Amino acid sequence: MIKKEVTVLNATGLHARPASMFVQTAGKFKSKIFVIKEGNSINAKSIMGIMAGGISQGTTIEIQAEGDDETEAVDALVQLINDKFGE
Amino acid sequence: MFVKEGIIASPGIVIAKALVYEKVIVEVNKNKVEDPDKEIEKFQNAIKNSHEQLETIRIKAISELGEEEGAIFEAHAMVLDDPEFVEGVEAEINENHLSADNAVKMVTDRFYEIFDQMDDPYFSARAADIKDVGTRVLQNILGIVQADLSQLDEDVIIIADDLTPSDTAQMDKKRVKGFATNIGSRTSHTAIMARSLEIPAVLGLCDITETVKTGDLMVVDGLTGRVCVNPGSEELEFYEKEKQKYLDYLKELEELKDLDAITLDGRKVELVGNIGEPNDVAGVLKNGGVGVGLYRTEFLYMNSDVMPGEEKQFAAYRSVLEAFPDGPVIIRTLDIGGDKKLPYLPMDDELNPFLGLRAIRLCFKEVGLFKIQLRAILRASVYGHAHIMFPMISSITEVRQAKAILQDCMKELDDEQVAYDKDVKVGVMIEIPSAAIAADIISKEVDFFSIGTNDLCQYTLAVDRMNQEVSYLYDPFNPAILRLIQLVTATSDKKDQFFTGMCGEMAGDPLAAVLLLGLGLDEFSMSALSIPQIKKIIRSVRYEDAKAIAATALNMETGEEIMDFVQESMKKLNLYI
Repeated sequence: MIKKEVTVLNATGLHARPASMFVQTAGKFKSKIFVIKEGNSINAKSIMGIMAGGISQGTTIEIQAEGDDETEAVDALVQLINDKFGE
Repeated sequence: MFVKEGIIASPGIVIAKALVYEKVIVEVNKNKVEDPDKEIEKFQNAIKNSHEQLETIRIKAISELGEEEGAIFEAHAMVLDDPEFVEGVEAEINENHLSADNAVKMVTDRFYEIFDQMDDPYFSARAADIKDVGTRVLQNILGIVQADLSQLDEDVIIIADDLTPSDTAQMDKKRVKGFATNIGSRTSHTAIMARSLEIPAVLGLCDITETVKTGDLMVVDGLTGRVCVNPGSEELEFYEKEKQKYLDYLKELEELKDLDAITLDGRKVELVGNIGEPNDVAGVLKNGGVGVGLYRTEFLYMNSDVMPGEEKQFAAYRSVLEAFPDGPVIIRTLDIGGDKKLPYLPMDDELNPFLGLRAIRLCFKEVGLFKIQLRAILRASVYGHAHIMFPMISSITEVRQAKAILQDCMKELDDEQVAYDKDVKVGVMIEIPSAAIAADIISKEVDFFSIGTNDLCQYTLAVDRMNQEVSYLYDPFNPAILRLIQLVTATSDKKDQFFTGMCGEMAGDPLAAVLLLGLGLDEFSMSALSIPQIKKIIRSVRYEDAKAIAATALNMETGEEIMDFVQESMKKLNLYI
């Protein structure tokens, strides 16, 4: 299993559009991927879970992945967040 | 026979039989179950059935209501596949031995509450979607068949507690002639749907589902907000007449659509629409508006999670300009601040936001943002008659400053060899008293004025109309306001090729129309639905009479006196509102 911590930088956090980009990216990988926020684990492929997670600007989350493409999955998601979702 | 009053949600009058659309109250089995595998199977079958139903509804919605409505059901289908939803339900069944129905209800409610509590219209809408989907899955598990409204053999008025997108999409649109519901507001789904189907609707009737039975004859009067159940012959006759009157009225307005807004003695004015987004253009065209007098571009910014870029803005402005090959389109630059904020633009809280960093002042601080918008408007200007309008101008200095930035943008485009209309018209909103008083000075730098009466009233009378304690002071008929308007139109009259419009609510007020005409207003910009009525008034009056009425009103002492006088004068001229 691979895990990495990352802080959400974009102004709106994982609001509507960023949340759906995040979930779509997670969906491209076979691995099981979870977002850990304050001890709660959210399935990264769930738009409802991610949006309901209330992950706002400045929140630090951990991204965990387990499976064949776990490294690529975590790297892709971390990069998306660090790029502020292209904003 | 009885009459009830509710909220007017969609205009018109309909007389038809009631059909009470009762939602079966879903009772879930709260006992622990012995065989979780069986419950999982029930749940999975329900998901499969729900998918099939949603696909049928989606296709029907696209063909009858359009792509946008169809997209709602795509979002619903995504909930059915969502891992947090599916796994959440399965966990409740496997770990806590809940029944499939109980588990679905629990997980749906959990998400519903989270989304509903978020202070954001986007998420409130998601909450309603989740509830709609959850109910569908529950009904499939319990084998509950909702009343089928897709094939009706007579015209009906639908009586319900509330209607969801799932309910309205499956309805037989040819037979459903009106809505009356217990709950809802002007902005709820039921109201929006009624207006798009052009059928009358009265909502917020509290207990209409309890008091009306299927088959009762009833009247839904979306003009006064009344419903009349089992009317007697006298009432029936009355409503038949009212209905005919309304239909005649619509026909008359339809006939006016392509006619000019010209007085009996030949003074022509322009009636144009206020819009918030390109979609609103259809309403302006349908009601005979010859252009756009106020394009509120802030919606482009507010409906987005990120700053809208130049290309996105260019496409929006271009589409509006192309819709009016002959008419003006006045694009107001970003009017944000005050009570309107953007999620991606941090702004400090202010003690007096309406006197603070808003509109043009904010644009001067965020010049980069301002230039993106100006470049987008300039590039779009070759597709029609673009007019650029700056909001919240208090002096000529600000006009010069804004025009200097506009010049910079023009120079950039010249260097890039990008085309734009070099004679693009530039104007300002007159909404601060200082701008009205110094209109003659400001006019030296611009091609037109547009009077924003909402803010002009607020600033002149020093009254916050959202504050119920003082809102009674908010009065566009106050003599001080009329005198300011007159100062502005008098300046405009003296200049060639110069025009003064109005884009506040007053411009669409039938009571104000004659007065404003008499004060010399050249252009009236209003919500599209008001255009036909104002046109009818203008076509029925003489400019000379309007001028005399305005001159008398300017010397009166109170707004009340002026309003009474205008009403009296209109009666004398046989003008009815």
